[in-house]
Amino acid sequence: MNRESVEVVVIGAGAAGMAAATRMAGLGLQVVLLDEQGSPGGQIYRGITLAPLSRRDLLGPDYAHGNQLAQALASSSVRYEKGASVWQVTREHQVSYLREGRLYTLDAKAVLLATGAMERPFPITGWTLPGVMSAGAAQILLKSAGLAPSEPVVLVGCGPLLYLLGWQYLRAGVTIKALVDTTRPEDYWRARRHLFAALRAWPYLRKGLELMRSLRSAGIAHYTGAEQLAVEGGEAAQALTFSASGKAQRIDTRCVLLHQGVVPNIQFSQALRARHEWDLDQLCFRPVTDAWGELDVPDVFVAGDGAGIGGAQAAAVQGQLAALGIAARLKSIGTAERDDQARPLRVQLEANLRIRPFLDALYQPKEQNRIPADEVMVCRCEEVTAGELRSFVALGCAGPNQAKSFGRCGMGPCQGRMCGLTVTEIIAKARGVSAAEVGYYRIRPPIKPITLGELAGE
Amino acid sequence: MSESSNRQADVLVIGGGIHGLSTALYLAQAGVKVTVLEAEYCGRHASGVNAGGVRTLGRHVAEIPLALSSRDLWHELKHTLGDDGGFVPSGQLKLAESQADLEECRLRIEQLQALGFCHEVLVDQQQVFDTVPTVSRHVTGGIWVKDDGYAVPFKTVTAFRLAAQKRGVRIHENTPAQRIEQTGTRWRVSTPAGHFSAEHLVVTAGAWAGGLAAQIGEPVPVHPEGLMLMVTHRVAPFCVPVLGATSRALSFKQFSNGTVVIGGKLVGSLDFLARHGEVEMERLGSSARTVTDLFPHLRHLGVNRVWAGVEAFTADDLPVIGASRKASNLSYSFGFCGSGFQMGPGTGKRLAQLILGEHSDISLEPFAIDRFNRAASAPPGAFQSASTIAHP
Ligand SMILES: Cc1cc2nc3c(=O)[nH]c(=O)nc-3n(C[C@H](O)[C@H](O)[C@H](O)COP(=O)(O)OP(=O)(O)OC[C@H]3O[C@@H](n4cnc5c(N)ncnc54)[C@H](O)[C@@H]3O)c2cc1C
Ligand SMILES: Cc1cc2nc3c(=O)[nH]c(=O)nc-3n(C[C@H](O)[C@H](O)[C@H](O)COP(=O)(O)OP(=O)(O)OC[C@H]3O[C@@H](n4cnc5c(N)ncnc54)[C@H](O)[C@@H]3O)c2cc1C
Repeated sequence: MNRESVEVVVIGAGAAGMAAATRMAGLGLQVVLLDEQGSPGGQIYRGITLAPLSRRDLLGPDYAHGNQLAQALASSSVRYEKGASVWQVTREHQVSYLREGRLYTLDAKAVLLATGAMERPFPITGWTLPGVMSAGAAQILLKSAGLAPSEPVVLVGCGPLLYLLGWQYLRAGVTIKALVDTTRPEDYWRARRHLFAALRAWPYLRKGLELMRSLRSAGIAHYTGAEQLAVEGGEAAQALTFSASGKAQRIDTRCVLLHQGVVPNIQFSQALRARHEWDLDQLCFRPVTDAWGELDVPDVFVAGDGAGIGGAQAAAVQGQLAALGIAARLKSIGTAERDDQARPLRVQLEANLRIRPFLDALYQPKEQNRIPADEVMVCRCEEVTAGELRSFVALGCAGPNQAKSFGRCGMGPCQGRMCGLTVTEIIAKARGVSAAEVGYYRIRPPIKPITLGELAGE
Repeated sequence: MSESSNRQADVLVIGGGIHGLSTALYLAQAGVKVTVLEAEYCGRHASGVNAGGVRTLGRHVAEIPLALSSRDLWHELKHTLGDDGGFVPSGQLKLAESQADLEECRLRIEQLQALGFCHEVLVDQQQVFDTVPTVSRHVTGGIWVKDDGYAVPFKTVTAFRLAAQKRGVRIHENTPAQRIEQTGTRWRVSTPAGHFSAEHLVVTAGAWAGGLAAQIGEPVPVHPEGLMLMVTHRVAPFCVPVLGATSRALSFKQFSNGTVVIGGKLVGSLDFLARHGEVEMERLGSSARTVTDLFPHLRHLGVNRVWAGVEAFTADDLPVIGASRKASNLSYSFGFCGSGFQMGPGTGKRLAQLILGEHSDISLEPFAIDRFNRAASAPPGAFQSASTIAHP
């Protein structure tokens, strides 16, 4: 096993990680940036340095923006390691990763977790059928391989990423059969109190409105307030059924793309046993940090969507704030200098986050799509339904960790990544307590896949 | 705070692991009113997260009678609890990987036979290959125990919990015992949820029991360790019995769902205050190597999860079971040194007999809490530190 000591390890080369690593290198720190992908960019800027110009154009100007971050990174002294899957981080700052089948361990003075977001589960009847995919997974195929469905698709759910994918698909010539939107008129009403702040973030808002307009003007059937969503099909998806405006609907389709927002990827912060809180607006857990992104685990910081969903621009700013926090901690700058340099960043961050409350209120996922009926599969790896989970609660199961023991829920290959939030919310509702009280799965390594042979160092 | 009647019992058990729950069950079966206090939730620690090995093979000779009695109870679990805890009598096989290993196995069998125990049987290379066809050809033989096996830990604990509750045992989870004291003839236990009292107190608090014994003025040389395990993704069935090794740390079993659980008293790191065991990556590497040596075809098998549980180790690698030597109406059962899951049913039953004043042929003398004081006059080196004892 290869082991060495370094000053700072950054995990994740998305907006947050790239910006943080570059900034720290500029402050004279020795930085290693690890990312499992083959090139920097993270989710939003996935493959940015590799994508042919035509694909960049197709994906839009926001995507191209990532190029600036990637170029700054490339011309910095950061040691960027691609294809590096981090499978363990300890409270003592030991970072273990796998690269081309070999194990490496770095002992760092400080660690920055910039592992971004993951899609919220969307457990409805039939969501596990072949032909049903998350919009995010579909977008990954588009970004990294230029792949798009050959079948007409139905987009289901809510949130900016869903509309963005629709827009990108339009440009890629994919047929969109319908946009089945779960957003209801009263969601606009609920979100309106944040509208003023949102208007001050006009560029964001305008972009969103343009996306929607272009979808509409393309003549795509757009249903709003869709409820009782279900995918029909025996072996594979055949149709989507739902009700909208009180009318039952059925759309034949073999490709359903689901999305209802993203949530922080808290695998590492949970495995580190950092304190987390339940975010009542975003309906997910987020790690508790100080103003620099430091966890209650000393010298371990979080930046970007992994600390709470804020979007790519906020992530890049948070990355720089964490960079300053770490630089001050490692004494490469003083605290006065840190605070000076942080001032403009905080102004920028505030501006970047202005739209959030509006988006969170407008696109809050519906309870029926988060806390499903008894017959709906919750844990797809071990095939545990919502009803079974409720029966565990009746037997004394008080939280996700016990749910594993009662019925292997969350013990399969995904280790609860796909069902974690659903399980928390189902148990909370069944017990009549808050999600915060129910808590989350205890996360253990390996965070990324590793084989016995690799572990053995063969 | 006033003690309402539900805070009073005949016996108060501290710790809802397999030992506390099985003791509670056997007491309740005899009509005793039992209350269990559990700091977190039942089975949260060693009893719910262990490797599930139901193993008499390789036991310290002092433990064998109790372990054999426990094994009989495992085979009857379905009948006793209405649930078998996932117990599979798959047999256990300790592999010898060299001539020296095989010689060691032979000596062990000789020693056991001289003591009148015949549950362990020496097997040759061919017998091993017949039992586990995919094992590496360097294996030279081993020791076989037919009636051993494995169970599913949390399922077992839950089965004990539900059976105990069905017989009237009250269980208070999230209720850590803080101070224990005997006033007059009653034990009083303070918890954040108020006081509990009972005539008899049983301490089955696993890695935390030593702290409670110290409160009574009976300190025991016991220390906690974080023991690690890993579980793999599913793989087609290739190995029926539970495997151990002779000169390497190994505990290895394939569950019926295809996953393989790998351990063998692998000590990780421990954050005792946080009640958390942590994984030590280098030690895992050597464990993975043992497995890929024995089963080269598993090299590409993915590790799904690695974890560590908190277990109590005593200075002589034997548990503390029996009555306090300092206070009346106080019993202990803790310090199982990495192999107390198998002992759960038998020890619970035996401890209940002790408390009820019933006779048993199984002596608890080797497990007496004051044995360490007596041993103080033993020659140096008579006891090894638990973590250095290579155990099958
Ligand atoms: C599927 C998906 C698609 C998205 N698409 C868009 C979009 O098109 N437009 C948009 O505005 N927003 C999009 N978002 C939201 C967007 O991810 C964030 O706003 C933004 O990317 C946050 O940046 P970040 O730096 O926090 O994280 P990310 O950009 O997500 O970067 C995290 C990086 O960490 C790496 N990583 C994670 N775990 C490990 C590990 N264990 N070992 C090594 N590397 C690891 C990942 O490979 C990734 O490169 C998407 C989100 C998701 C989940
Ligand atoms: C990783 C691992 C693998 C193992 N593999 C095997 C195996 O294959 N076969 C085998 O036979 N054995 C195995 N063991 C050992 C076995 O799990 C333990 O010996 C056995 O479970 C101990 O049971 P217990 O009830 O004494 O302790 P525990 O299960 O630890 O239960 C003690 C309980 O007391 C509670 N408690 C503590 N303090 C207080 C307090 N003050 N008030 C109230 N409650 C309190 C705790 O929360 C805990 O739930 C393994 C152990 C580990 C950790």
